[in-house]
Amino acid sequence: MDFYLTALLQGLCFSGIALGIYISMKIFNIPDITTDGSFTLGGAVTAIMLTQHQPVYITLPAVILSGALAGAATGFIHTKLKINALLAGILVMTALYSINLTLMGRSNIPLIGISSLFEIVHIVTDPNSNTFWILSFFVLILTLKIGYLLKTDFGLAMRATGNSETMIRALGVNTDKMKIIGLALANSLTALSGYLLSQYQGYTDINMGIGSVIVGLGSVIIAETIINWLRITSIWVNLALVLGGAIIFQMVLAITLSVGVDSKLQKLVTALFVLLIVSLPRLSFKRIG
Amino acid sequence: MIALDNVHKVFNRGKANQVNAVNGISLHISEGEFLVIVGSNGSGKTTLLNLVAGSVLPDEGTISINDNDVTRLHDYQRSKWIARVFQNPLSGTAPDLSIIDNFRLAAIRTKPKGLSIGITNAFKQKVRGRIATLGMGLENKIEQPMGTLSGGQRQALTLLMSVTDTCKVLLLDEPTAALDPRSAGVVMETADKLVKDFGLTSILITHTLKDAYNYGTRIIQMSEGQIMKDLNDKEKSELTQSDIFSWFV
Repeated sequence: MDFYLTALLQGLCFSGIALGIYISMKIFNIPDITTDGSFTLGGAVTAIMLTQHQPVYITLPAVILSGALAGAATGFIHTKLKINALLAGILVMTALYSINLTLMGRSNIPLIGISSLFEIVHIVTDPNSNTFWILSFFVLILTLKIGYLLKTDFGLAMRATGNSETMIRALGVNTDKMKIIGLALANSLTALSGYLLSQYQGYTDINMGIGSVIVGLGSVIIAETIINWLRITSIWVNLALVLGGAIIFQMVLAITLSVGVDSKLQKLVTALFVLLIVSLPRLSFKRIG
Repeated sequence: MIALDNVHKVFNRGKANQVNAVNGISLHISEGEFLVIVGSNGSGKTTLLNLVAGSVLPDEGTISINDNDVTRLHDYQRSKWIARVFQNPLSGTAPDLSIIDNFRLAAIRTKPKGLSIGITNAFKQKVRGRIATLGMGLENKIEQPMGTLSGGQRQALTLLMSVTDTCKVLLLDEPTAALDPRSAGVVMETADKLVKDFGLTSILITHTLKDAYNYGTRIIQMSEGQIMKDLNDKEKSELTQSDIFSWFV
């Protein structure tokens, strides 16, 4: 049972990445893979600030800001220098590896014995349930904020930027600026995932970001499959499904490991699982056609 | 109202495929004028419209709207004066957003897009009333995604959206080119009605000679990036459809 609880908690930690990818990929229609770098960046900033005895509530805005800067860099390269979004993301992600390593000073910073988010608040005595409630509360607030944002006039302009650029420019929106803000937002959410996961697992590692973009993509694609299948238009249900996708994704990985798949093969399993979800709608479509 | 002076626009300058799309055009359009532009493909009509809208910036010359020099302003900066309807019905609306979302964005075309929720019940009621005037029965479908509507419905809604915020200039780039004859008729009649009701200064590009004949208070013919003919309201009213047709032969 603990096994699945761990998967659930990890899923909640990764929900920031899932929401971030949802914003860059679904709202803005930009394939952003800065994620691998900004996720580690979030973890690195968390580790440095916490080991310097900064409280978690000051660390949080610093993490958000660092992620936003990373995303804005990708957005700037993509819109102002007219570089393909994928390449812009790869460039920033690559640069971030060195930046993260320089910030951390070594490849791994343990956070044992440091008062993390999960130790300063005590809702229940059992540490695992305590972590669960804190994470749930955190993710709930995050989702409510994003959901509200997408409903505002600014949020509508964001959604229209990814959906019909000619239209929204004619309606007075600087789409370049909007994309930079959008990528900044997406990557600050990703950095938040790094903040949560570092504190949850008790260390920050320079390689913790490898494959995190796939975690986000997988979560969003699981959600998207259900969204398209049930023709859901509500933003709230969309966001809930993205969160659900993040948890399902971790559950599936937990199951594959529990049935005895070698942990070395975890990334391969992840890749095959994402391939399966992506191709599933097409495979079933072919059978009908 | 709109003044273009000696405007030039060249695409692919210095290459084998250089196009002198707009070749030193000077054009003054007074307030309330409904200008129709005709001309064969590649004559520079759409480039001229894009120059007015700001999606293309000129190489030479000046453009002003309402006595404001807008020559270097981008399309999103000129939107405080200009509303547009595009040739492709898909370009004027966001397909994944609902009808009401699209109208909300149009209603704040000239204003900043802030962090408050603008779609209130009062706003919905107002939009329903507006949409009902089209007589298409769309007023009860405002939560539906725009993409589920037909091209004609989307084009009619785009027109209506253009006047939900203060609008001085309406640009119509072959708004009926992708529509069936019946929808095209509805869209053109709606456009003409809005232009008259709101006293808009408008530019219509069309390949439909019937529309060029029926609508507008002034007509120009373009060829190779220049204005060949320029007829005012009185001269235009003396034209026949076959006169316009003869310009193309």
